[in-house]
Amino acid sequence: QQPHEEIPAKKLRLTKPSKSAALHIDLCKSTNSTEALQYLLQFAKKPVEAESVEGVVRILLDHYYKENESSVRLKIASLIGLLSKTSGFAVDCIIDDVIIALNNEKSHHVLAQLLDTILVIGIQLQDNLPLSFRLVEIGCKHLADTSHMVRNKCLQLIGCLGSLDKPVMKELENLAARDVQKIISDSFTDQDPRVRTAAMKAMLQLHERGMKLQQIIYCQACKALSDDYEQVRSVAVQLVWVLSQLYPDSIVPIPSSNEEIRLVDDAFGKVCHMVNDGSWLVRVQAAKLLGSMRQVSVQFLEQTLDKKLMSDLKRKRSAHERAKELYTSGEFSSGRKWGDDAPKEAVDTYTVNLINSGACGAFVHGLEDEMYEVRNAAVESLCMLAQASASFAEKCLDFLVDMFNDEIEEVRLGSIHALRKISCHIRLREDQLDTVLAVLEDSSRDIREALHELVCYTNVSTKDGIHLALVELLKNLAKYPTDRNSIWKCLKYLGSRHPTLVLPLVPELLSTHPYFDTPEPDMDDPAYIAVLVLVFNAAKTCPTMSALFSDHTFRHYAYLRDSLSHLVPALQLPGRKMVTVSDSTKLALSEDSSRHFVQQSLDRVQNIQHLDAQGAQDLLKLTIRDLQRLGELQPELAGIAEFSATYLECQLLLMKSLQEKLWNVAAPLYLKQNAMAAAAAKKILEHTYKLEFLYSGLESRHVAIIHHMRLQAKALQLILTARTTRGMETLINMCEMFLQEIETFPRYFASELQYLQESFVEKLLEVMPRLLACKPAEVVKILQTTLRHSNFLLLELPAQVHRASATIIEPTGESDNPLRFTSGLVVALDVDATLEHVQEPQTTVKVQIMYPDGQAHIIHPKPADFRNPGPGRHRLITQVYLSHTAWTEPCQIEVRLLLAYSSSWSRASSLSAVCRAAWNDSMDGLPQTDSVIEGTINLSKQVKVYLMPKPARR
Amino acid sequence: MPEIKVTPLGAGQDVGRSCILVSIGGKNVMLDCGMHMGYNDDRRFPDFSYITQNGRLTEFLDCVIISHFHLDHCGALPYMSEMIGYDGPIYMTHPTKAICPILLEDYRKITVDKKGETNFFTSQMIKDCMKKVVAVHLHQTVQVDDELEIKAYYAGHVLGAAMVQIRVGSESVVYTGDYNMTPDRHLGAAWIDKCRPDLFISESTYATTIRDSKRCRERDFLKKVHDAIERGGKVLIPVFALGRAQELCILLETFWERMNLKAPIYFSTGLTEKANHYYKLFITWTNQKIRKTFVQRNMFEFKHIKPFDRTYADNPGPMVIMPGYCVQGTVGHKILSGQRKLEMEGRQTLEVKMQVEYMSFSAHADAKGIMQLIRQVEPQNVLLVHGEAKKMGFLKEKIEQEFSINCYMPANGETVAIVTNPNIPVDISLGLLKGDSTLGPVPDPKKPKLMHGTLIIKDNSLRLVSPDQAVKELGLSEHHLRYTCKVQIQDHHSEQDTLNRIYNHLKNFGSAVIPSPVWWCRFLPHLGLLCTGIDSHSVISFCAIA
Repeated sequence: QQPHEEIPAKKLRLTKPSKSAALHIDLCKSTNSTEALQYLLQFAKKPVEAESVEGVVRILLDHYYKENESSVRLKIASLIGLLSKTSGFAVDCIIDDVIIALNNEKSHHVLAQLLDTILVIGIQLQDNLPLSFRLVEIGCKHLADTSHMVRNKCLQLIGCLGSLDKPVMKELENLAARDVQKIISDSFTDQDPRVRTAAMKAMLQLHERGMKLQQIIYCQACKALSDDYEQVRSVAVQLVWVLSQLYPDSIVPIPSSNEEIRLVDDAFGKVCHMVNDGSWLVRVQAAKLLGSMRQVSVQFLEQTLDKKLMSDLKRKRSAHERAKELYTSGEFSSGRKWGDDAPKEAVDTYTVNLINSGACGAFVHGLEDEMYEVRNAAVESLCMLAQASASFAEKCLDFLVDMFNDEIEEVRLGSIHALRKISCHIRLREDQLDTVLAVLEDSSRDIREALHELVCYTNVSTKDGIHLALVELLKNLAKYPTDRNSIWKCLKYLGSRHPTLVLPLVPELLSTHPYFDTPEPDMDDPAYIAVLVLVFNAAKTCPTMSALFSDHTFRHYAYLRDSLSHLVPALQLPGRKMVTVSDSTKLALSEDSSRHFVQQSLDRVQNIQHLDAQGAQDLLKLTIRDLQRLGELQPELAGIAEFSATYLECQLLLMKSLQEKLWNVAAPLYLKQNAMAAAAAKKILEHTYKLEFLYSGLESRHVAIIHHMRLQAKALQLILTARTTRGMETLINMCEMFLQEIETFPRYFASELQYLQESFVEKLLEVMPRLLACKPAEVVKILQTTLRHSNFLLLELPAQVHRASATIIEPTGESDNPLRFTSGLVVALDVDATLEHVQEPQTTVKVQIMYPDGQAHIIHPKPADFRNPGPGRHRLITQVYLSHTAWTEPCQIEVRLLLAYSSSWSRASSLSAVCRAAWNDSMDGLPQTDSVIEGTINLSKQVKVYLMPKPARR
Repeated sequence: MPEIKVTPLGAGQDVGRSCILVSIGGKNVMLDCGMHMGYNDDRRFPDFSYITQNGRLTEFLDCVIISHFHLDHCGALPYMSEMIGYDGPIYMTHPTKAICPILLEDYRKITVDKKGETNFFTSQMIKDCMKKVVAVHLHQTVQVDDELEIKAYYAGHVLGAAMVQIRVGSESVVYTGDYNMTPDRHLGAAWIDKCRPDLFISESTYATTIRDSKRCRERDFLKKVHDAIERGGKVLIPVFALGRAQELCILLETFWERMNLKAPIYFSTGLTEKANHYYKLFITWTNQKIRKTFVQRNMFEFKHIKPFDRTYADNPGPMVIMPGYCVQGTVGHKILSGQRKLEMEGRQTLEVKMQVEYMSFSAHADAKGIMQLIRQVEPQNVLLVHGEAKKMGFLKEKIEQEFSINCYMPANGETVAIVTNPNIPVDISLGLLKGDSTLGPVPDPKKPKLMHGTLIIKDNSLRLVSPDQAVKELGLSEHHLRYTCKVQIQDHHSEQDTLNRIYNHLKNFGSAVIPSPVWWCRFLPHLGLLCTGIDSHSVISFCAIA
């Protein structure tokens, strides 16, 4: 630190000399400009406090006027810009100085940098209208500069600060007489492409800030579409698009004819034309924007799919003719015959050019572009337009289906998803279905599953179509048996969507015969199950179907209804008593009423304060049972019910261990009930971690209550240790740690303390000074009394809570054939699991392998192995590598998924950023490791895999 | 006026033996040097006697440019360079240089060894010819000599195919060779700057076709192959040109990979196999997908495709075979043209029991692609080659109508001259340029401005200098001509006579500089502008009075 006196003769008004003074000295010391530049560069690396910013800026400006070298001035200008961003610094005071500096500056580079600084300052003072006007005025003045950098910055300045409306205040009228849009659009024809780009960007900036752009700009933007430079064209496309959204229905003339069309159609044609641009960046831009042009007339929209209807090579067939051809063949035939390409029709020179550039074939071109980015964008746009227009959806079907054959998997996947999104509009013809289903043989699992999902939503028009789909799916099943679940699910939807089409197929599918008894199919055959799933789901809405079933079909129904209840619906079968009880209860129990029930149960629990110990425990037990049962019945509320039940169980355990009679027995008899209480405390801790990390959708209030419960459990542990151990050391340590946690609690949950009235923590916080002062033995005593007399905290019903869960689909654990491999080497085990409501599974979900000898391995799957098929759902498809030394008999290993947690990721800290910041500041000195507890929670049921490592052969 | 002259020796209103002569700015360039597939006599090569009747071509040509390795673009090269005689540079891209000799050798073998022709170029000639080749990179500007420069652009069509821009001074010509505007499985689309050449020479194979999406074609093809394989059949795919074979290989290979198919695919050994080595090497010339994935796996390293051996033919089970292309007279050609019965050697007849399908996987731009490239380049004139006359006529009309520029389609041996309007650069001193602009009220770079100066044409250089400097340089003294009064002459003679009479009259007074009557005559009608002409030094001094 430099003492103040050392500063040479120059007088400074500095309150905090440290930062600025050091800088000043450095700058004075520097003999030449290179040195000064070095000092400035070093200075820029360190942050400056808000209070000393002004001083620093003054010094910098002082030096600025003295400096001859433009590079140093440039650095100073940029530093001022950076400094003015410092939060808590009022920039008003330096703006005038910067403007003065600007007026005296000659170097173009420095000018541009100064304008940039002004822009930074101006954006911070946007509300100050007179200042904004003044700055825009400055921008306009420098717009005549010869350097493109200066003009660039000026345009940026005008774009960001230009006034949106005509001024209301009188005194501003003379200032704001300029028309910002006019000024900017004049630069559209600037000689430098960078300035043209900046001008159009400024225009877009105005639009983003809410100014309505004038329609005149449309023509100018259209001219810019044929610019020589790609960045200009890229921005021009955006501008044209913006204007087409602003004035969709105004009329523009077509050059070279006296016709007029809607502006949005004209713009659509132009953007379509840009899909053929030479630069792929522009093509991506154009292909993306096409999708959002919803108001386009149908005739233009349909042209995008036909290359032949080109404006210049006029070969207009009637729409009818085209539609017919499209329908009858389902494909465009060309290049099939020799001599197909002789010039056929004479050119009708009188045909009117409908559109100058032509929307036609835009998507055909976009979809066969070289860059997959363009193709992807085109698929997305096609999908968006088709979602808005059913007739267009019908027409673009063939093109989307063709994209299933793209060389890049991402594009193939994208087009399958696109088709699924528009499937409500379309009905697949048989030939189309055929091509769609051909993709089922793809070796990529993602593609197949996407396609299964597509088939779920597809409308099929004929019974042959259904048959075809079934046959293809069964082929798929035979080729890739792992797709079983996905295919069954797909057939479930297919059946329930097309009951009438399935009906005539039933005898064939079930291979029944009017006269002959056919052999009973194998019930374990996945293909047969697939057929049954289709039939049963169709039978749900088609009561006549069951008449076609043979006896064994009914038996199989009963079996499947039990074993695969999610795939097989309840049917009204003749001669069978319907087990409708569960259904009716489900119907009766609407979600509202069950929610109400949960609330009531929790309210009831509040009364335990007034009950005796035994009554309270009974009530809790009863409520827990109710809640658990409710969770089973009502899947939507399962999360809430289980959450509440677990919490109440914690409370129950706590109550049990604090029972009066246990604590009053003589010391030698501690042992037994100590063990019981210790177990309870451990269990509570486990439960609290589960509560905190397994459930998503918790509010901070709930987290506070969970933490509170955890503190209670820890207090219990402390008391128990105090009673059993003799040594003081451990007790003192534990005590200190516990007190620290108590201390930090309010920092976490400052805003939640109000809900914790009369609670354990609050009482402890009241006596905190005393606690810190006294000995461990006394602390324990205080804790014991507080713990036993603190109130039960009522759980507020959380709005939406989901329990994270996982199901391992594969390995199934049914296989009797052991997985054989040479011991010492590795074997790969495919694991396929679905995860529900797991947040950030990439970091938290692990795979655990338990070997028969008790060894456990935890494996972290790669982040890429997690796929996200829907909100809240994840899919883990990975391979885990196993290895072990030789066994003599095949044994089972256990595979399960774990959820890893660490208390440092505690939700409390992520809930409020401010809270955390404060916490981190104060935690600087404290050892962080103490408070971090890492652990894992079981996420799924274990699955057993038969494994047989063989000794290596010599 | 300067002209660009273009004479097609081959490929004028025809497909085959592409060879186009261009003279631009005093330079002569030969574009492509190909053979014709359809002829076996002298007509198979371009008629080089058009250039000169006797002797070598070296002094008549500044350079030869080969666009790609197909024989109809490079087949006559050894003949021209070794048998006729040409020692100048031959330009082609690296892949073309690598693959071209393989094709030439193959061509030679067929003609000499199989057909037994003599007086044909030898293997040694091919080697000698290739020694004269200079390889160029894409977008590399090559200075052929001080004035002539060429630059290659990517053309798609086939590995190493290029479009070339030929520039002399401010005049330029773009020759496309064969190109493809739609990318395929292994090549990208043609791309070129907006270079606004004076002349754009384009191929026009598909002048009247607008092809539908390549996706349908691919799907059709794969579906048919797949169906045949599933039925246990064998598929024969005769591929017409080198490059297309690779395209189909990639298509089938990826499909096999995706669909997990096991049936073997065979392709004919020889040409395709040799060329494949080079395809593996020139990855930078392929499309996005292959370029991005070759680190993991080079797409030309086929897993399912193996070279064919005749003994495999009777193997049971499904298979796909890609034999070489079907030249006229082969069995393949007969089947393709629809014969249902074949006569084999020894009077055996064989019934054709196979299904025959024709599919176009051509890598030429269609009409829309041609139009698109023209729009991208913005040329002053267009010239069509490499197409059938009738179809060309159709496209020519379209181009003229759409872009309102001239379009030509010369036949072989017919010369087209295109008048250009090149800029003539003039040196001007900075002082004059900057000094004068300060005269005006506001310097506006966009508006033309009036300038006072002297143009000096001296030994092939043009300079614009201030009048003072011009006078100094030429060692002349300055004269001032002052307009003082107007004299009305009432004379009944003709204008010329009156002038002569005044001139003679004035001469008697012996005035300092008297302009010749010709000058007077020229400037009398517009009295606002006076001019002194000093013919001997070619100095013209303008001064605007109005």
